[in-house]
Amino acid sequence: MTEVQTIEQLGAAAQAQGHVLGGGTLLMRQVNYTPHQVPNILRITDPAFRQITRAGRQISIGAGVSMAQIIASSDLDFLAPAARAIGGPAIRSMATVGGNLFAPHPYGDFAVALLALGAQVQWADGRTEDIEAFLASRETSKGVVAAVLIEPPQMDALRFGKVTRTKPKGVSVMSIAVLITGVGRSVQQARVAFGAMGPAPMRSKAAEHALAGATLDATGVAAACAACVSDLAPVNDALASAWYRREVAPIHLRRLLLGEN
Amino acid sequence: MPKTPVTFTLNGAETGIFVDPGLNLLEALRREAGDLSPKFGCGQGTCGACTILINGEPHLSCLTLAVAAQDADISTTGGLAPGADLHPLQQAFADGFAAQCGFCTSGMLMAAKALLDRNPRPTRDEVVEAISGNLCRCTGYDPIVDAILDAAARVQGRVTA
Repeated sequence: MTEVQTIEQLGAAAQAQGHVLGGGTLLMRQVNYTPHQVPNILRITDPAFRQITRAGRQISIGAGVSMAQIIASSDLDFLAPAARAIGGPAIRSMATVGGNLFAPHPYGDFAVALLALGAQVQWADGRTEDIEAFLASRETSKGVVAAVLIEPPQMDALRFGKVTRTKPKGVSVMSIAVLITGVGRSVQQARVAFGAMGPAPMRSKAAEHALAGATLDATGVAAACAACVSDLAPVNDALASAWYRREVAPIHLRRLLLGEN
Repeated sequence: MPKTPVTFTLNGAETGIFVDPGLNLLEALRREAGDLSPKFGCGQGTCGACTILINGEPHLSCLTLAVAAQDADISTTGGLAPGADLHPLQQAFADGFAAQCGFCTSGMLMAAKALLDRNPRPTRDEVVEAISGNLCRCTGYDPIVDAILDAAARVQGRVTA
């Protein structure tokens, strides 16, 4: 194990060798069961890693910020539903924003909300990257994520839903986040993101295109719901088949858009 | 590989142990600190049997790196009440038959304590949410939820059924 005191140090150390410890909810599983796959744990102690800061409209969420911190932050009330959807209270005390960005299928529900928000991912070396590009290449990317940068949306513009088989909590059959800009029930633009519907959280640009200019009622959202699956690439897993996920995705998107959940 | 010294407060007592760098806190508490009250259920954060409080917040000790507990204030079921006394939660679990095999009970108690410390008068839904990360395969969840509500009422001095 290597203790790293500053984020800049962590960037250099991780490029050398090692697994960055976020909240431990994913990495410690490996440590417990296949420790040979985790030869070196990098633990960061820089307080900035766990801080939420605001500068003007931009909010920086440190990669080590926990879901519980998100829920407790008055600046991030629009993200609280997504944070609450993750695990029970103990997991939420531990699970981090940075860890969620790298969480494999079917985990990573919080990243779905960040994708809908159009977040920027800030690397330890100072680079920033659009979250969509980041998620598409996360398996092969090198470096350490230091923070996520977002701008708060209009009130009630971000909608989030998680579909599970067990209540009150379970692993995602899918999660959906939609950011809508518009007036009243008229949609000007939308960003539609799905989780557990591909190797990483992904947008449905077909649904976004269909929603632009639409009205938020059953007729108005029908085209978007029908189109959403064309951009998705669900897989079979123990929770649901790819076929099932495709079949129910339009229904859950409609419920989220119309507030039927 | 050399062991690392870790010091923390465990149920009010200053505690120091030496741990391997990759050791999880559950094993450290059980093997090195001698507190057998948190249980090993799954080792992957699914069952909640190892739930403890770190600085008042519920954590899964099996997924916590032991060295990360440096300077932490740790509470476990072993410290809920001194000697033969029972904490109101423990008493309510016993009275309400909320434990059968008992393996989940330690984690349930700490998850419930985290809730009641923050919210002394929880609703039933809030109790369900508070133990949503803890699995029980014996009693079903109703007696457990009832017991937590009962304990909350006892602490508040309210009449219980």
